[in-house]
Amino acid sequence: MCTYLTEKIEISGSGKGASGWFALRGATVYFDHPVHAQAEHTLNIDFVDPARGPSARVAVELTAESARALAKAIETTLGAVPAGLAE
Amino acid sequence: MAAGTVRLTGHGGDDIEAYLAQPLDRSGFGSVVVLHHMPGYDEPSKEITRRFASRGYAAVMPNLHYRDAPGASPDDAAAACRANGGVPDDRLVGDVSAAVSYLKALDGANGKAGIIGYCSGGRQSFLAACKLPLDAAVDCYGAAIVRAPEGLPIKMTPIVGLAGDLSCPLLGLFGEEDKYPTPEETAELSAELTRLGKEHEFHTYPNAGHSFFSVNRPSYRPEAASEGWERIWEFYGRLLAS
Repeated sequence: MCTYLTEKIEISGSGKGASGWFALRGATVYFDHPVHAQAEHTLNIDFVDPARGPSARVAVELTAESARALAKAIETTLGAVPAGLAE
Repeated sequence: MAAGTVRLTGHGGDDIEAYLAQPLDRSGFGSVVVLHHMPGYDEPSKEITRRFASRGYAAVMPNLHYRDAPGASPDDAAAACRANGGVPDDRLVGDVSAAVSYLKALDGANGKAGIIGYCSGGRQSFLAACKLPLDAAVDCYGAAIVRAPEGLPIKMTPIVGLAGDLSCPLLGLFGEEDKYPTPEETAELSAELTRLGKEHEFHTYPNAGHSFFSVNRPSYRPEAASEGWERIWEFYGRLLAS
């Protein structure tokens, strides 16, 4: 189905899109049909800068299992950072 | 057949793009509005549009995400539309109305117009057929007609309450393994249409789930899709062809 299930957050960082690196301002996270991945539904993340237009986007489409593994890896990595570096 | 991008004056007077495919070898042809799925105005959806022209219908597919990202690639536009909250129902109806007017004005059109939509477009096909005078509507596994899925903050609201205004016969094509909509939901819709005396024909295919028509996705089910296409040709042949 088309879930429209969407979380939007503000972020700060950079991403590399079709036209090179740009500053990221937001991320849209949703679980729905992918454009490219061979799965019926995927956890999709669009890293964007709306001010630069709809093509300023770094997109990923992950299986649910992969997305959970990624989230865990991010938490594990951040958890291992020495105190004071990732405040 | 001829096919390519055209411009429509859509809802609110907005200029939007659309994909047109029409037969070159006949006149007196029926018309079909094609509604793409949530992933957007993509190549497989254009292929579906051309398929109608190959069967003797003029077909137009409005880019429902055009306003969210004019000139952007279909996947970027779909992402932008999602971030903006999806396609509003009133905008959809306005764009379909424009597409119908465009098709009926084509040289050789017989004045009959139908609609077909896939996935979110299935719900939108039903919606348009309740809001506009049409001759035939096809709903391919549209969810959230009878009820919105629980626990999801979606913007698609149930529209079964509009069924009394359904302007034309409805063909519904569903997968037995689909969860959105479930066979129970489509049976509920069928019962409501029967109660209201609305002509409809529903088929639910075994070994098929959501998006079984999508040839480029793992959900593709050739048997269900082939059967479904046959039902579509019969349905439109009866209601749209001269």
